Amino acid sequence: MSAHHEMSFWQKYVFSTDHKVIGMQYMFTGMIMALIGGYMSYAFRMQLAFPGHEVPLFGLVTFAKYSALSTNHGTIMIFWVAMPVLIAALGNFLIPLMIGCDDMVFPRVNRLSYQIFLLSAIILLISLALPGGGFGGAWTSYPPLSVEQQYNLTPYANFLWLLAVALEIVAFLLGGINFITTVMNARAPGMKMFDIPIVVWMIVIASILFMASVGPLVAGSVMLMMDQTIGTGFFDASRGGDPILWQHLFWFFGHPEVYVVLLPAMGIVAEIITTFSRKKMFGYKTVFYTTVATAIISFFVWAHHQFVAGIDPRMANIFTVTTMIISIPIAEMVFVYIATLWGGSIRLTTPMLFALSFLASFLMGGVTGIFLGATGADIFLHDTYFVIAHFHYTFFPIAIIAVFAAIYYWFPKMFGRMMNETLGQIHFWGTFISFNLIFLPLFYSGLAGTHRRIADYRGFPELYPHPNATEILPSQWAQDMQVIATYAMLVLIAFQIVFLVNFFWSLFKGKKAEANPWQANSLEWQAPSPPPHGNFPPDNMPTVYRGPYEYSVPGRELDYWPQNEPPAATA
Amino acid sequence: MIGLMDFILPQASTSATQVDFLIELIFVIVGVWFILAEGVLFYLIFRFRKKEGVKAQYITGEKHEENKWVHIPHNLILVFDVIIIIFAIKIWYGVKQHLPAPDETIRVIGQQWAWTFVHPGKDKILGTDDDVAKVDELRLKVGTTYHFQLTSKDVLHSFSIPAFRLKQDAIPGRIITGWFKPTKTGEYDFQCAEICGIGHGIMQAKVFVENEADHNKWLEGQKEHIVLPDFFPAAPMNPTIAAAPN
Repeated sequence: MSAHHEMSFWQKYVFSTDHKVIGMQYMFTGMIMALIGGYMSYAFRMQLAFPGHEVPLFGLVTFAKYSALSTNHGTIMIFWVAMPVLIAALGNFLIPLMIGCDDMVFPRVNRLSYQIFLLSAIILLISLALPGGGFGGAWTSYPPLSVEQQYNLTPYANFLWLLAVALEIVAFLLGGINFITTVMNARAPGMKMFDIPIVVWMIVIASILFMASVGPLVAGSVMLMMDQTIGTGFFDASRGGDPILWQHLFWFFGHPEVYVVLLPAMGIVAEIITTFSRKKMFGYKTVFYTTVATAIISFFVWAHHQFVAGIDPRMANIFTVTTMIISIPIAEMVFVYIATLWGGSIRLTTPMLFALSFLASFLMGGVTGIFLGATGADIFLHDTYFVIAHFHYTFFPIAIIAVFAAIYYWFPKMFGRMMNETLGQIHFWGTFISFNLIFLPLFYSGLAGTHRRIADYRGFPELYPHPNATEILPSQWAQDMQVIATYAMLVLIAFQIVFLVNFFWSLFKGKKAEANPWQANSLEWQAPSPPPHGNFPPDNMPTVYRGPYEYSVPGRELDYWPQNEPPAATA
Repeated sequence: MIGLMDFILPQASTSATQVDFLIELIFVIVGVWFILAEGVLFYLIFRFRKKEGVKAQYITGEKHEENKWVHIPHNLILVFDVIIIIFAIKIWYGVKQHLPAPDETIRVIGQQWAWTFVHPGKDKILGTDDDVAKVDELRLKVGTTYHFQLTSKDVLHSFSIPAFRLKQDAIPGRIITGWFKPTKTGEYDFQCAEICGIGHGIMQAKVFVENEADHNKWLEGQKEHIVLPDFFPAAPMNPTIAAAPN
């Protein structure tokens, strides 16, 4: 990487092997997919609030379209937004900078990873436009519905959807290998294991978790594709197969996957709350060990998605115990984060507001998970809107709030310009309040017995009041809750325009950023903003002398102490 | 316990009261934790706002007197987890694992996109000439313990009666036996709770819980007799386990 000669546009931005460019490719692809996924939720939420009416800018949401929209909304938001932005974009951009090296150890594997990812996104989008429409069998794709065309009525999309997901997984396996190898082998001299910033650890552990859990899903996907195309019967009960087998293979991956996206988000929050409270992380090793514990336990909880799916009811008892146990390391991690604020000097900048609101809202996602992990309560709550509200209280903070925190925080490093703080604060309050107004009401809908994936509740008298009704039952408020949620979603979407304006305006017109605008310690802030190809001057690569969270060290005049500052040079 | 669930949706079976007790118990426990944790979070944010001339403290969080602030709540959570686990398993056992002796047995068959309910008829025995099969209409007697034998003809479906707080997926190739006991007369919704294709939303049925006199009057009016689907075996499945796999 020593020769930095002039490159053409294509070499520089399209076929680049530079980790920062690949990170940006992932980020912009993820942002475009987020807009598509958000548009889908707009269409089906409008249908839920005003069933049977034409949706402006979409048209009539038929049952087939409703299923395709909700299925692909979930798939896109998890596989094409949360994964690429949290792991691939931030992992690629941050890891070499934060551990003080010039690039990933396998730059071409890195480029291949993005190209496969892009291909998978294109296949998914094509599948939506083919005859029969997009796949509508839910993001879990349970057979026999996902196998038999006569049942799902989407002759092309059921196969292409699966192919896209499988390719996306290949892309992240390649990326994950790179992250783990780079962090283990290419750290700056002096950077010991416990000097690695927490966000880097989180991305590495998430990558290991992903690699260890995804094998059964890849095997299952191949089996499902063979069932679809060449007529095998792995999941066909009439030929000796078992549809429940897919559920095990899927959720054995699907539950660790939750932590795969959660951990990088927790890492981002750790970096931001330490920087903006000028505090050392409260118990770095506690965070590390609870992360490892969470990752291990997450392999033993998958069947809590299947309590009422027809598994042996005795097995449910085991999984309710493991599921309750996993609440302990996660809760401990959140306590550590909260404890970090004690004695700090807190600056409520936009990234800090997003990071703190991540903690506040993720707490809600965590405690509502207890209802679903408790077998007895899950008998009723399984597959209701309570589940939807619960996992959006985890995934929205992860994939949206933490990502906004990261963008506001690292934007100066990524593009060398500052984002506008006032617009940032407006965007924060608009997003945070409307997000809560979308999903708090849906807890109520779930408790009233509203089940998921149904396009029109007018056929259920318990949930939808008759037009001439004089008395409205409490369970019929479920429909009012859907209306509130839809209005709140419109407000949420409106506030994202503020973000887009701020983002693109700042990209070209923002105030020039210095190298270390937040006065943070970790190595990425010691590189120029934006870092050139190769990140650090080749003759002056950083050497590390201390951990990343040495803020407000007694006896120092400055309240920060960069990791690469030699001990002799006291400020 | 606090009547929250009963207010939102009537409790119309024995399992409904059980499940609601657990939901309300968890609601109280995690509600207190949630308010405490949010309270501490917001207190710290306001208490330690940046002030001119005040430097942040240097705390590693690795000394014993520091990390007790994390370890004490950690141990408390463990205690509350055990309480929740005990009640969750107790209620799960009663609703799903233990199968009380039935007064009557019904069959429930899901297919795209309708439910078939086979009532045993006046002789209370399934598989006889006076069985009554109904599409999207289930008629039950209040206070009677029912077994249901649940299966599907095509894809996964799910048998869900919100007012009974009861749910069980239907799987092609398997017959899953479960039970419920209605306790309150009325008309209730029956939803399919597992995505089963584009007609998932119209796969709805009605449950009528009636007193004995009304139920018998309805039975009198039923003239048609049906032949049971041939994929049901003559004998029911393992009777001790509600949802035993094949």
